[in-house]
Amino acid sequence: MKFSEQWLREWVDPELTTDALAEQLTMAGLEVDAITPAAPEFTNTVVASVLSVEKHPDADRLSLCAVDDGSNEPLNVVCGAPNVRAGMRVPFARVGAELPNGMKIKRTKVRGSESFGMLCSGRELGLVDSADGLMTLPDDAPPGQDLREYLNLNDCSIELSVTPNRGDCLSVAGIAREVAALNRLPLHTPEIPAVPAVIDDVLPVDIKADKACPHYVGRVIRGVNARAETPLWMQERLRRSGLRSLGPLVDVTNYVLLELGQPMHAFDLDRLAQGLCIRLAQPGERLSLLDGCEVELKADMLVIADGNGPVALAGIMGGEATAVSDGSINIFLESAFFAPEAIAGRARQYGLQTDSSQRFERGVDPEGQTLAIERATQLLVGITGGEPGPLIDTGVGRPAPSGITLRQSRVTQLLGLTIEDEAISEILGRLGMTIESQVEHTWQVTPPGFRFDIAIEADLIEELARSVGYDQLPSQLPVIGQRMHPRPEGVVALGSIRAALVFRGYHEAITYSFVDPDLMAHIDPNHAGVKLANPLSPELSVMRSTLWPGLLNALRFNQRRQIERIRLFETGLNFIQQGTDLQQENYIGGVVSGTVEPEQWGASARAVDYFDVKADVESLLALTGNAKAYIFKENQHPALHSGQTACIEFRGEPVGWVGMLHPAVRDALKIETPVGLFELRLDALQTRTIPTYTAVSKFPSIRRDIAVVINDDVAVEQLRTTVEKVAGSALMGVKIFDVYQGVEVEKGLKSVALALILQETSRTLIDQEVEEIVRRVIDALADDHGAILRE
Amino acid sequence: MNPIEEQLKTALKVLEDASDMAALEKLRVQYLGKKGEFTQHLKSLGQLPANERPKAGQVINQAKQQFEAALDEKRDVLKQQAFADRLAKDKVDVTLPGRGQSNGGLHPITLTMNRIIDLFIQMGFEVAEGPEIEDDYHNFEALNIPAHHPARAMHDTFYFTAHQLLRTHTSPVQIRVMQEQGPPLGVIAPGRVYRCDSDLTHTPMFHQVEGFLIDTHISFADLRGTLQAFLTSFFEKEDLQLRFRPSYFPFTEPSAEVDIACVMCGGEGCRVCGHSGWLEVLGCGMVHPNVLGHVNIDSELYTGYAFGIGVERLAMLRYGVDDLRLFFENDIRFLQQFC
Repeated sequence: MKFSEQWLREWVDPELTTDALAEQLTMAGLEVDAITPAAPEFTNTVVASVLSVEKHPDADRLSLCAVDDGSNEPLNVVCGAPNVRAGMRVPFARVGAELPNGMKIKRTKVRGSESFGMLCSGRELGLVDSADGLMTLPDDAPPGQDLREYLNLNDCSIELSVTPNRGDCLSVAGIAREVAALNRLPLHTPEIPAVPAVIDDVLPVDIKADKACPHYVGRVIRGVNARAETPLWMQERLRRSGLRSLGPLVDVTNYVLLELGQPMHAFDLDRLAQGLCIRLAQPGERLSLLDGCEVELKADMLVIADGNGPVALAGIMGGEATAVSDGSINIFLESAFFAPEAIAGRARQYGLQTDSSQRFERGVDPEGQTLAIERATQLLVGITGGEPGPLIDTGVGRPAPSGITLRQSRVTQLLGLTIEDEAISEILGRLGMTIESQVEHTWQVTPPGFRFDIAIEADLIEELARSVGYDQLPSQLPVIGQRMHPRPEGVVALGSIRAALVFRGYHEAITYSFVDPDLMAHIDPNHAGVKLANPLSPELSVMRSTLWPGLLNALRFNQRRQIERIRLFETGLNFIQQGTDLQQENYIGGVVSGTVEPEQWGASARAVDYFDVKADVESLLALTGNAKAYIFKENQHPALHSGQTACIEFRGEPVGWVGMLHPAVRDALKIETPVGLFELRLDALQTRTIPTYTAVSKFPSIRRDIAVVINDDVAVEQLRTTVEKVAGSALMGVKIFDVYQGVEVEKGLKSVALALILQETSRTLIDQEVEEIVRRVIDALADDHGAILRE
Repeated sequence: MNPIEEQLKTALKVLEDASDMAALEKLRVQYLGKKGEFTQHLKSLGQLPANERPKAGQVINQAKQQFEAALDEKRDVLKQQAFADRLAKDKVDVTLPGRGQSNGGLHPITLTMNRIIDLFIQMGFEVAEGPEIEDDYHNFEALNIPAHHPARAMHDTFYFTAHQLLRTHTSPVQIRVMQEQGPPLGVIAPGRVYRCDSDLTHTPMFHQVEGFLIDTHISFADLRGTLQAFLTSFFEKEDLQLRFRPSYFPFTEPSAEVDIACVMCGGEGCRVCGHSGWLEVLGCGMVHPNVLGHVNIDSELYTGYAFGIGVERLAMLRYGVDDLRLFFENDIRFLQQFC
């Protein structure tokens, strides 16, 4: 809501500077967003009368004018505006004037003709954004009067951000009411007498929806001059409230909307067929609106209809066919109360938001229709002439707001402050509340009809708090019952998981949860992503089913900025639709590219490979104290290299993936370097086994190294499993310390070197026992995997 | 000078010239070994008359001991010297950088969120989380925002279907927790939220921490006290000035917005605070009786407060980040600054 400060001060004029007034409004809940001067700074500019206009002898587009600026001698002025004519009154910047754009007016020669000043357009004075000629002032504007004074330009536009509960403050009258209450000042309401009817013409109005439209007031006015000029003062007030002048019929309804908060509509009476009916739309009915759009109406839409069908969306926008225009002569003015329930949300269905719908949705004063139509008639007839008919007033009326009980004890409970009875009564009175009764610290209160936001006791308590001032309310730390909150040790904290990756060189990324469906199709084609109905853009239109699209985008973003070594991880929800079941689960994922370690002296750089990424994953598994329970199984994933992909299983269930990005996907994403990826379900990583101590052996351990040759397609992990199965209780560990393929090993085979660490807790192992274990292991490897011992 | 002394003198001279352990060992054998010169002298004592033996023995022993001491001393010197040589050889340029893996770092939003969570956990709050794809009931209806409510226009909502949406705030967690547990409750709910809005000061995804405290005695004074304590601790500014302004949220009554004196200019007015000296940091209020009603909590017996903190806002103020979009570009040069 934007309004002119001067306009407000006509209604109520507290002894406050503009800034102090703004501060007061803000602290009362009407937040001031902006204060802008009605006009930017300019000086030495006055009203002038153009006495004569001649063509410039040397320039087609220029005129030589004689100008009366109120001083004795007429001045010669060269002017380039197309609309300059003798007799008009215009703003005139005298020699020495300074204009908002910094231009200083000097005596000059234009194409040989002397010019003593400049005739101005509204744009040159910073009053409008664009203009196609000089600003025309009324014919009675007195030459010589300072323009700022004449136009009352020493004013400000104040812009409030009005919260949806305060529809009553979407007018100058409403804000004035608030300011008057805050400052304990009387309100100066302009005099609005009932306009006597000059003609008898009426238009039948039939309300078929009593609840949605409990009050409808209308009036016929015949013989208006729609081409009349809206007076400058009204144009200026509209401008300072953010509205353009669009001719007197529209300007007057807008003016009344801003002044009193009552939206109005003017129909061209000659385009209406028979009387009007206020009813719900019939499905399938259509209406072309003022903005040129045609809409199909739904059954919950309240309309104004004439004999031919809907002519307006009630409280939202009028129809094109019955709209007033420059040529309108006979009009019908509408001033109605449409119930918020009947209007709320309807405009949004059509992507509309109008000054009218904004107010009706929030609630306009149910008592304000008659006053508004009288005000509009008074103003309109004054500008356009015409003969008003009698008031057409119909409707069942809106039920009075119900009373609310207010208890002082509840005020204290909610605010932590006791407000005395007298103070409570005084504040309620000041805010226009009717106190029906007051017994034993308890009030029965009826709020004024325009306060749609006050329905329960808490609403009244907020009003009290607002009046006292939020900053005057007490402040204390709450007493919270002491309780020891459970902190299960069997859960790995997310913080530890993040920290583990941070210490391995990863930066944490946060990417959008919605991604590009094309990217998703490359990375996770098996899940149809959950689609947004109203995405911001196609690139952000499906919910991720994996963290990789976002991470790969982040990787590309960095690579395009010459960052070669990238280690990023993210945690967050993935969204997977399985039939009717929507899964939203937390994952942790990572993307790696570039060298394993940062470039450094004395060490050779090596690009990351599968095993580096796997080591990072293993470091996370180690946090669970149960790393062995996670099995890496060779598998296929559409985004991953078919020979470098493992699915991670935990308790027989797949919980994650690790691998290198598939070269085809790399090509599609225009990534040139090898990229490692991993992703795991967080819950699978967060289950921690609480340690149980086992004795550390006091006896020496023995290491035996063996090397075996096996088929290339035997997974080394299988050897380890076999060793663990047959070696017996003395086996403390198995290490894979070399895998070799090359000249010494036949093609299709590989040599694997294993170290067995053997130790007993109760005694020293003797050679014979060790040899026995090694023999068992070698035999089992041979039997199970065809392994041949390498001597 | 007797021959023994003469011999000692020669021996000491040779010893002095010895330059390594091997030479030293050779000298030891030459003079003190089984067949060494001093050992031989001692062996030949038996050839002297008995009365001369003690004196002669004493002279030989003295010479031998003197040589032994000199040898030990020389050995120490050579040892020290060997160490010194070795150390000199192993000297490195200690200013060269260390080697190994670098450290990464947490995202500034996580740092900020962790900080907020830690502060409230200290006060006795518990953490709760909820789904990001929400239903209309939890995101709006139960929070006293029925269909067609004008406040819905304040939430530019991403929809999947008419009833399924991306949560526009973390307040639905409040409903979910209250549905499961009765009061007293002190909970904070951090998480991602979404609004269909993207410009210089809005990203379609951002982070919120919702907090609420429900008990038999909670008033607006407790809300003020809690937020004063939180913001003072968060910004580590003992005298941080706060301002509570009346505002409107359908799920709280009374409602307030909280401004802090601009932490950039100290309230003087600067670009960050739009020259007002104040920065809006969060919205809050007393839980609306209708919200408590939706989850069957007796609003006559219980009252509570709720607040919603914008994490990006606090992160920007805390770390001086001047462009919201930086948080989601994941430029490593940006992320590195928060290690």
